[in-house]
Amino acid sequence: MSAVPKRLAAVYMERCIGCYSCMLACSRYRMRSLSLEKSAIQIRTAGGIERGFIAVVCRACADPPCAKVCEPKALKPRKGGGVIFNPKLCTGCGKCVEACIIGAVVWDEERRMPIICTHCGLCVDFCPHGILRLEPVEKEVIW
Amino acid sequence: MAYKLEEKLSKVLYIDLTEQKYEITDRPDLFDKYLGGAGVAAKLLEEECPKGMDPLGPDNPIILAVGPLTTLYPCMSKTVAMFKSPLTGNLGESHTGGRSALAIRLAGYGAIVIKGAADKPIYLSIFNDKVEFKDASVLWGMRTTYSVGRVLREVEPGSGRRTIMRIGLAGERLVRFSNVAVETFRHFGRQGLGAVMGSKRLKALVIGGTGEIAIAKLKDYIKAYKELYDLVTKTPAMMKYRDYGTAVNVLALNTIGALPTRNLQATKFEYAENICGEKLAETLLSRRLACSHCPIGCIHIAEVKVKFAPFHAYETLLVPYDYEPIYAMGSMLGIGDAIGMLRLLERAEALGLDAMSAGVAMAWATEAFERGIITANETNGLTLRWGDVDTYIKFLDNLVEMVNDFYRALAMGTEHAASVYGGLDFALTFGGNEMPGYHVGPTTIVGFIVGARHSHLDNAGYSVDEKALKKPMNLEERVDRIVAEEQWRCVLSSLVACFFARGVYTPDKVVKLLEIHGYSVTEDDLKKLGKEIHLMKYRFKLREGFSLERIRIPKRVFETPTPHGTLKEEDLRWMIRRFYEKAGILELATSS
Repeated sequence: MSAVPKRLAAVYMERCIGCYSCMLACSRYRMRSLSLEKSAIQIRTAGGIERGFIAVVCRACADPPCAKVCEPKALKPRKGGGVIFNPKLCTGCGKCVEACIIGAVVWDEERRMPIICTHCGLCVDFCPHGILRLEPVEKEVIW
Repeated sequence: MAYKLEEKLSKVLYIDLTEQKYEITDRPDLFDKYLGGAGVAAKLLEEECPKGMDPLGPDNPIILAVGPLTTLYPCMSKTVAMFKSPLTGNLGESHTGGRSALAIRLAGYGAIVIKGAADKPIYLSIFNDKVEFKDASVLWGMRTTYSVGRVLREVEPGSGRRTIMRIGLAGERLVRFSNVAVETFRHFGRQGLGAVMGSKRLKALVIGGTGEIAIAKLKDYIKAYKELYDLVTKTPAMMKYRDYGTAVNVLALNTIGALPTRNLQATKFEYAENICGEKLAETLLSRRLACSHCPIGCIHIAEVKVKFAPFHAYETLLVPYDYEPIYAMGSMLGIGDAIGMLRLLERAEALGLDAMSAGVAMAWATEAFERGIITANETNGLTLRWGDVDTYIKFLDNLVEMVNDFYRALAMGTEHAASVYGGLDFALTFGGNEMPGYHVGPTTIVGFIVGARHSHLDNAGYSVDEKALKKPMNLEERVDRIVAEEQWRCVLSSLVACFFARGVYTPDKVVKLLEIHGYSVTEDDLKKLGKEIHLMKYRFKLREGFSLERIRIPKRVFETPTPHGTLKEEDLRWMIRRFYEKAGILELATSS
């Protein structure tokens, strides 16, 4: 269990071409679906394609606000940042969505529960420009 | 909420602009037989566009179609539009990328048919199964297509999920070669779809959805996807499009003497190095973008800084470039500086003009002016000179404003203007469509003539001539190749694949992919289908008066030598006949 935990990071968004391959990879592998809605990573334009793209994705907070508001403890802090989601405990209250001010908790209307990034890195394999990375989290967060 | 969609396409959205009504109809018959895209659109055109329809009349349908592999695989990113063309008076077909295909598919449709006309400007907002007809008075007459996009982005839902298609002033004013701008940097460029929208007072379409496509054989799909993704991104097959983009053709064609220059009076341009893809990539290229679900990112955007006043006052233009616009706004007009060429291209973009047709029209006008066929009376005081960017920019404004009879005639197309003023011999149009940027050999020209939409992309005759420079090939073989190519491209454009990925989506792969998604077809079936779709397009062309006997070949083509030497009219006529014979079009013409 000594493996260094990793986090997903969108490092060079200025280089993004907006191909959406990452979103579709997340949807395909994680959610067993083909949909832009069911992806933990969301790519949007920064105000029209002229201005390039932004990625909305879990940034692996050390003290995640989504977990703090989760009363049934379905979201628990993960080693290396972010959260681990236990769907069995989820009551579908949706407070996690509001707690995440960057909008990285995607809501799955159908199952009435959040779609949470697990920092698995599958999307990284489908980023043609190496913008998405799986980074080791070695340092402690300094407050 | 994700909107549940079937794996197989079947829904057609019929919109009536006159009554402001819409209906969603299940048409599995269409998609089972013709797959989607060009095949389904050609069938719908046959159903919806009666013989002799006025292209700018209310009942000319606009048909948009995607295909069975749209959104499922990388580079399956194109939408096919079909309509009767106001430029050629015949089959209108144009393809676009951007986010269009993904948006239409995730809104749940295989095809959209738009008929009728509004009495006041409107735009359509299509989101999942809901269609709204909205007032576009405030958008009508806006100076640029960019502003229209900016407004709609803010008032309409579905950011990141939608396509925004809009026309510019040129479309509103019914310039016959006006385009439709899609996601700012892509277009339905050719054949005047902009004017068809303009005639319906349809300023824009916003289409989006939250679809989730059910995939039955998910394991097979995931495996096949990975294989395709690796092919597309890791093999050299598509590097050309990623690196310099199609602009790499400028120098390549110039070197062999096939780059149309100054209205095809020459095929070598002394300033080609200034406007070539290599030079642009090193100097003005600022970023590349992709169509949705294409990891290549071939959309090359130049950042052009222009000083507009003293004291270092600059404006910055973002201009998408590709080979064809560079040829039409560059060498064809004798424009040898990149910034000037891109400034002119930006003006065409902002006005909503097809850059290729606009460039060829201005090239014809410049030669006609030099020869005294037209004078300053016609040009409204402009002195046309090769390479004069500022005058050409004013010319485009005059054209769209239609300031006098001459510009009104030219707005009907180069062939029309030349038939009124003279100079048909050097009016470079084929089937009424302004020529693409290739003068490589006989197959190139024959390809333009016989291609169902008179596009270089129909059968890529230029590419056959290029190959024949390396390894000799007789005329018979060259024709046979373009017959097979055009038929196969009818399949690719029914899936709908981007033609840039044609090297990846080979017949054997397409069969396997279709099988995963519930279509049981063989390579042979696909080839037959390609032939059938091709003939369906020609059936429409013949019905609308396309004559195999009366084919106009501009004399200029025979005056300016190609890398294959000076072309002979009898060779071209022989090749055209062989194409029609081999493709079954001759038989179709005699039987109908």
